[in-house]
Amino acid sequence: MTEPTIYELSSPGRAGVSLPALDVDPSTFPPALIRTELPLPQLAESDVVRHFLRLSQWNYSVDKGFYPLGSCTMKYNPKINEDTARLPGFAFVHPLQDPETAQGCLALMYQLQGWLCEISGLAAVSLQPAAGAHGELTGVLMIRAYHHDRGQENRRRMLIPNSAHGTNPASVAMAGMEAVEVPADPEGNIDLAALRTLCDETVAGLMLTNPNTLGLFEENILAVAEAVHGCGGLLYGDGANLNALLGIVRPGDLGFDVMHFNLHKTFSTPHGGGGPGSGPVGAAAQLADFLPAPLVAMIDPGNEADPPLYGYRNPGKSIGRMRAFNGNFGILVRAATYIRMLGADGLRQVAETAVLNANYLRALLKDTYTISHERTCMHEFVAEGRWADAPGVGAGDIAKRLIDYGVHPPTVKFPLIIPDALMIEPTETESKQTLDSFADTMKKIAEEAHTHPELLHDAPHNTPVGRLDEVRAAKQPILTGKLT
Amino acid sequence: MNIPKELKYTKSDEWIRVEGTQGTMGISDYAQGQLSDIVYVEVLAKKGDTLAQGKPIASVESVKAASEVYIPAGGTITDVNAALATAPESINKDPYGEGWMVKFTLANPAELDSLMDSKTYEAYCAGRQ
Amino acid sequence: MPFLPHTESERSEMLRAIGVKKAEDLFAAIPKSVRFPGLQLPPAVSEPEVMAEMRYLAEANHHAQNAACFLGAGAYHHYIPAAINHLLMRGEFYTAYTPYQPEVSQGTLQSIFEFQTLIAALTGMEVANASHYDGATAAAEAVILALNQNRGRRRVVMSPVLHPQYRQTIRTYLQGAGAHFAGDETPETYSAFQTRSRAKHLATCVDESTAVVVVSYPSFVGEVEDLTSLAEIVHTAGALLAVAVNPIMLGLLKPPGAMGADIVFGEGQPLGIPLSYGGPYLGFFATRQAYLHKMSGRIAGETVDGQGRRGYTLTLAAREQHIKRERASSNICTNQGLMALAATIYLSLMGRRGLRQVAELCYHRCGYAAERLARTPGFQVVSRFPFFNEFILRCPKSVAEINRDLLDRWEIIGGYDLGQDYPCLANHMLLAFTEMTPRGQIDSLAEALAGESL
Repeated sequence: MTEPTIYELSSPGRAGVSLPALDVDPSTFPPALIRTELPLPQLAESDVVRHFLRLSQWNYSVDKGFYPLGSCTMKYNPKINEDTARLPGFAFVHPLQDPETAQGCLALMYQLQGWLCEISGLAAVSLQPAAGAHGELTGVLMIRAYHHDRGQENRRRMLIPNSAHGTNPASVAMAGMEAVEVPADPEGNIDLAALRTLCDETVAGLMLTNPNTLGLFEENILAVAEAVHGCGGLLYGDGANLNALLGIVRPGDLGFDVMHFNLHKTFSTPHGGGGPGSGPVGAAAQLADFLPAPLVAMIDPGNEADPPLYGYRNPGKSIGRMRAFNGNFGILVRAATYIRMLGADGLRQVAETAVLNANYLRALLKDTYTISHERTCMHEFVAEGRWADAPGVGAGDIAKRLIDYGVHPPTVKFPLIIPDALMIEPTETESKQTLDSFADTMKKIAEEAHTHPELLHDAPHNTPVGRLDEVRAAKQPILTGKLT
Repeated sequence: MNIPKELKYTKSDEWIRVEGTQGTMGISDYAQGQLSDIVYVEVLAKKGDTLAQGKPIASVESVKAASEVYIPAGGTITDVNAALATAPESINKDPYGEGWMVKFTLANPAELDSLMDSKTYEAYCAGRQ
Repeated sequence: MPFLPHTESERSEMLRAIGVKKAEDLFAAIPKSVRFPGLQLPPAVSEPEVMAEMRYLAEANHHAQNAACFLGAGAYHHYIPAAINHLLMRGEFYTAYTPYQPEVSQGTLQSIFEFQTLIAALTGMEVANASHYDGATAAAEAVILALNQNRGRRRVVMSPVLHPQYRQTIRTYLQGAGAHFAGDETPETYSAFQTRSRAKHLATCVDESTAVVVVSYPSFVGEVEDLTSLAEIVHTAGALLAVAVNPIMLGLLKPPGAMGADIVFGEGQPLGIPLSYGGPYLGFFATRQAYLHKMSGRIAGETVDGQGRRGYTLTLAAREQHIKRERASSNICTNQGLMALAATIYLSLMGRRGLRQVAELCYHRCGYAAERLARTPGFQVVSRFPFFNEFILRCPKSVAEINRDLLDRWEIIGGYDLGQDYPCLANHMLLAFTEMTPRGQIDSLAEALAGESL
């Protein structure tokens, strides 16, 4: 099956939209600057709708079925979120309006800042960052600014566990610092002895995902925090896996000084095919003054007759602005809607159920697949997608075979420290039936790996395209279509 | 795995062939195997540049990996393999021949003493399998 | 709980299978002293209640649907064709994630490929990526590309009429990178502002340590200049020219690609994305083939499967953080997927005639407004021709005061107060015009302002 590109569908003279006629006298054009050729396609509205609808049907999605993509928290996205974010009173507010004319937006943002503070146990939150990685860069820049402010410019080394996402070292490099890897111990925790030898006066901090990418809670967290703080460093929390901790423990209470949230993971905002997300950053009291500017503030608490007045405030030592305007506001509305509907008890149930689901699935699969560590996991776990007696079969093949069974594959080949990793995160929104059925499928695939490995190697079988030639794509890149 | 006897090797998997004061370098068969299909090579140095031993000289990308390449000994670049820009797969096919990256005049041949001979390198690769 | 499907009996059955008595037992690894904190959050509400609450908040805002809006300055009230939202609401699009598994993500991948194609065509460039977070972060990524391309050069020249928030963002991103900035020093007088905002002045700031020159087309205050000679000077100095554009304007005026730009980027919000109080928006980014491997962000490419069928996949991944880690040029992991899809659908619907028509409506209405307001006593249009959809209006009193009156008495959201960014432009307002501001609204604005000069 091949869907033509919009350019291939184009037919000269067609238009997909009607626009108002010109109602003023035309102005003179600057002749030298007028564009003579505009290579855009020409389609009717129906052409466009059918094209993109057909394309949509080639996507797998959470609305269609189970999507256990580890570390991405592909939970169900409540429909009400989409409706609240599209209310005209939110969707048509200009970001540069006088704050007095956008009090509804600011009230929502102020509330959400407070809720995220409470959930994380941190003192202040900025809603500005647009995504997790963006929040991470924000946090790293804050740590850098904090040390510079104290005259400790020599603190340039950021410690990062070897199981970390690639964004961690990349963010550190962008901030002009040096990433230093910390090994794990056999239980999947940070190797404390190794950490202690690395902790010295050149350390800016430690970036930690907790639970880590193996789905394990860092058991030595208090000792880790003590070691890092003891040498004058700060503890950064990568909030990728916060879903496991809602109402269970607050990162601030564990010693984290700064962290980012992923509203698109933890707080149910949709992933949008790869964005937009939202990556607010929370800071403990000593770092709050370094948050990006501006923050939403209550300018006047109001009284019985008048509502409070909200506005903006620039933190005194702010690292500056991380983007234009006021954050991914539409995503903030969705997350606020979700938190409001769950409340404290609901959020705790989310975390408990996410962890329950992961451990249940782990229990169902542990006799068929090697699980990385013999421990209770949190919201996800890592299975090895290989068997000594099924040579030539790897995690990638299992992933592709799952597609044949109508399931989205887990995250494959990450974390790098586990061979043929299959990182499975069921999330709390999946029913027992879904988990049982997934476990059955995984067992069936394990059997096929031993009896009919070609079924795995040739998979997927029923998709619009089969496995694609990635070498060709990268070697002779075709990145734009013909403008026919 | 092909590890020619007459070459010297680095811990970061570069090889060097020495003829008089002239060096030719590239990445080893082991390195190309680890990277798999190489799709892009960027040589960072140009003719006439002088680099100290161990400085980055090129960057190699495959579909699933990326690696920096370092010059095995200090010297002045005399030639760059321009063909790699359009045929990066030469490194996979013929790492010690068509896959060479740069030629350079050695600044200090004594630096070669810090490199591994083929036997040591073979053991070094075996230890990482 | 509508989003948590387990019944009590299922829950117990699952706990039994795991081998624990209650869910609390799964959290033994968490230090006891801080376990189960008991969050202080407002009590949960039902779906109708949350909707009522959100509606109450939304209705507390003034917005472009209940007032005439002349505010622009980087975000614009354009018409969003109905088909866009209907397609964005397809769960297959908005509840999918990054297309890691291309066989079940061809919809997203082909859309990204088409987005790249459209952006390259619109900007007149050779390659484009799958997008950045917004125009400001795309600006920062443009500067990072140039610094990586020109290693050893650390000078970044920025136009003072590049969006102030883009300049702030660039500075924030690069605070650890050892870059230094020139060109955008705050002018003290209006005439200095006029001089410094021209390409000719910027050209004098370029030297052999300059890695990149960043300008805006149109400028932050709406003015348009040919960039061809600036591009020549920048290239002679061995630097790159990066240009921020308003994508709607490219429906009418020559693209920077045709003037020698090396990087063209911008805010894609005008392409079918709601104002939404500042986000989510869309940073688009295009460059020359020569800089492809230095470009950050996701890229989709065309290839074939084992049977020779055309398909699309994320490609050139070895540039990115998940492989290159600390050696990657950016930490970006995703793109603004759904917003890029909105822009792709927008440009497909508009096509070459529609986009031209929108751009002409902006241009002519802006010209009409300039003429009309220039005749209003006490006000002066100080932008120089040509300007696209915005101009500077000098006012007889503070912009804040005028805007308050406009809203209270006329239901008009007035212009942007330029004094916030340029002290020499106190009492100067930046006004924007689009296909959503018909002549009648412009006439009302003129009438309202006439009252202000009394």
